[in-house]
Amino acid sequence: MKQFAELCEALDSTTSTGERLSLLTAYFREASPVDARCALALFSGWRPPRLLKSTELRALAAELSGIPLWLVEESYHFVGDLGETLALLMADEATPSPSSGAPEDSLHGLLLHMNSLRQASHEEIRSFVLRQWKSLDTTGRLIFNKLIAGSFRLGVASRLAITAFAQAFGLSEETVAHRVAGDWNPLADDPFSAGESEPDLALKPFPFCLAYSVENTLASLGTPSDFLLEYKWDGIRCQIVRREGRMALWSRGGESLDKAFPELVQAASFLPSDTILDGEILLVRQGRVMPFTELQKRIGRKDPSPTLLKKYPVMFLAFDLLMHKGEDIRSQPLRHRRALLENLIVPDGDLLRLNEGFNVRSWEEAAQLRQAAPDRGAEGIMIKHLDSPYVSGRKRHIWWKWKVDPYTVDAVLLYAQAGHGRRAGLYTDFTFALWHEGRLVPFAKAYSGLTDEEMAEVNRFIRHNTLEKFGPVRSVKPQLVFELAFESLQRSNRHKSGVAVRFPRILRWRRDKQPHEADSLQTLLNLLAKVHPE
Amino acid sequence: MDDLVQVTDRGLFVPAANVYIDPWQPVERAVITHAHSDHARAGHRLYLAHPVTGALLQTRLGSSISLQTLPYGKKLRLGSVQVSFHPAGHVPGSAQVRLEFRGRVCVVSGDYKRHSDGLSAPFEPVRCHMFLTESTFGLPVFRWEPAETLGQRLCLWVTEQLAQGRHVCLTGYSLGKAQRLIRILNEAWIVPFVHPAIEIINQTLKRCGIRPGNYSALSEYKKSLGPAVILLPPAAVDRLPAGISGPFVRAACSGWMAVRGMKRRQNLDKGFALSDHADWPGLLKTMEESEAERVWVTHGFAEPLARYMQERGRQAEALRTAWTETPEEAA
Ligand SMILES: [Zn+2]
Repeated sequence: MKQFAELCEALDSTTSTGERLSLLTAYFREASPVDARCALALFSGWRPPRLLKSTELRALAAELSGIPLWLVEESYHFVGDLGETLALLMADEATPSPSSGAPEDSLHGLLLHMNSLRQASHEEIRSFVLRQWKSLDTTGRLIFNKLIAGSFRLGVASRLAITAFAQAFGLSEETVAHRVAGDWNPLADDPFSAGESEPDLALKPFPFCLAYSVENTLASLGTPSDFLLEYKWDGIRCQIVRREGRMALWSRGGESLDKAFPELVQAASFLPSDTILDGEILLVRQGRVMPFTELQKRIGRKDPSPTLLKKYPVMFLAFDLLMHKGEDIRSQPLRHRRALLENLIVPDGDLLRLNEGFNVRSWEEAAQLRQAAPDRGAEGIMIKHLDSPYVSGRKRHIWWKWKVDPYTVDAVLLYAQAGHGRRAGLYTDFTFALWHEGRLVPFAKAYSGLTDEEMAEVNRFIRHNTLEKFGPVRSVKPQLVFELAFESLQRSNRHKSGVAVRFPRILRWRRDKQPHEADSLQTLLNLLAKVHPE
Repeated sequence: MDDLVQVTDRGLFVPAANVYIDPWQPVERAVITHAHSDHARAGHRLYLAHPVTGALLQTRLGSSISLQTLPYGKKLRLGSVQVSFHPAGHVPGSAQVRLEFRGRVCVVSGDYKRHSDGLSAPFEPVRCHMFLTESTFGLPVFRWEPAETLGQRLCLWVTEQLAQGRHVCLTGYSLGKAQRLIRILNEAWIVPFVHPAIEIINQTLKRCGIRPGNYSALSEYKKSLGPAVILLPPAAVDRLPAGISGPFVRAACSGWMAVRGMKRRQNLDKGFALSDHADWPGLLKTMEESEAERVWVTHGFAEPLARYMQERGRQAEALRTAWTETPEEAA
């Protein structure tokens, strides 16, 4: 536990990706395999069960520190993070004793113990927490508090943890990424054990292949006839997994979409066994692709009623085949995968449909196709090399995206400020951030571009997820992702982000994206290089 | 609240002396506790302050202000009230105001801290019947680390950054915090470059016989000098001053940095909880030592601190005033 707490502290005090990677790698190497597995799970979003409600924890802290409960609450309200508040309030109380050799001294032991207390009496939980508070040092207490209060978060992208884990154990990143995709519990399953064909794992998606934005001239990509062009749709990226009589739908964020789209699960049952498709879920009415905002009305609605299914009809547009007759064909060239896909999925299906592909002889034709995209309800085009394998994550020269509006990025909401006048009391002035070396760097302020309902929902989120508050400004949990557009951008040596953008505005709320999927500062710098080549 | 002091819309008023203390609206006669801008505003007809604060007021508000000065411990009769200043330890020249009227004593603390900074006259507890205290850091989460270890941590971090070829921007209030930082850095043989706003304060302090330590003006910076440590007032945080470029890191030095979220919110690389205010234990100790029967708590966490005191059987009350420091500029 001490080791893990020290890792967290060290990660928090460096901004360099390289340093963070080597810290993580060193930790994974030195820690016991079970500890390493638990840490990897924590970094990729898994959380242990919450033993105490936040109110119970506060009561316990009040009791132990002798500070009245209302003052603990007041302090928490100001600090914003319960784990940190408790660590600050307890500063004087605990006298860390040297390691006792108890099983819960290890991260795995601690998490296991927490897990075993899930059904325990309040009294048992209480004495466990008190024991930990007394034995941990300040850093350890902070991490422990965050774990029990459910506020554990670190600016480590799961991607970085996966890379480090792969390096530490001599595995390929693909293997690690695949095995930790979807839901898994490091206390229950070991995805790295030898016999890896449990049914659970079989239904997991492959890591998604992602595209880079076109940065330079199209001519620099190569010969047009080497590429397959497709419309770039603005829906929910999804893999359909069909295995041994069972089906699963997965989003890019590793969430199961089975409950939200039962008609697609039903349709997938007609696929041959042992097939994995990659594609996009779209809302289509009378043959027209509807804007993403319409599709949003289906997201988050589990077990939708027949009426809702009818009102918001969706389809899955398949554009890639990753597993065919039980064989992982991701390393085969796209032209081959596409040929197999065309044999499997028809271009005029109702629920599963083949995404149209285009071959062009010149880049002018590609540009015309892109110009036509908005009329088709698409946001641009995809340019995929016909000889490319299906890779996990983003790699250059494989897939490119070329959007109609060149200046857009997906950014994370970090601060909110209350508006004036008519909108007083409503948070309407938002600051957005992009990733840079594992941290979120604010780069633009944008005002409303949201519907009134979205605005109300974002405001609710802000009020419930405020980290700290000062005057009219609140900082919020970095959780919501928005697509921002702007008119122009220029380099600025005097801004922390290095770039100044002009007239940023909110295009829409990307509910389908996790914060770690937001763009990086590098994306912005790449756009800049395109606009003002140096 | 009382016949000796009252809160009006212009500020804290002492009717028997016909003066205001740190008023926020223009008045005839103002007693000023210290030269921070939220306490010392422009537009009063007559100012009464400690000599160092007086000199700083002339620098900030112009030498044409009408000023009367009063050293620590000397008594001055205003109307039927005996007025005296006592060291508050907050910044150079900062004073608590002691008011004595018909055998009753009221002390207005202004901003104060209990730890000595080697620069300001150290805080002196003053016994009184009524005590009006600040509460900028009036929550139990605020407990300051000893200044020595904090200073060592700061210098270590600065040195590491410089070694990696990065400029280091440290932000802190121009009066008080900046001079403390210069001295802390000098301990590690680092001579910082200071923003003109800090330079002006330094010049004034020198005229008053207070040595701010070794520093250079920003205008003296040349590229050939390599990575620099730059002291800036908190307003100018997210960019390097004109004339300096290259990779840089930023750290704020303020009590607010005790809370991680404050650091994150300002997108800082580092924060040091170096404060010129009393922490929670410091506030409790001061109220205790004042032996006051009644306590008024003002700017900061006035309500929670007053309520906490009430629950411990003290007669305490939160007071609304316009003395506010935003966390960005607070000392
Ligand atoms: Zn002050």
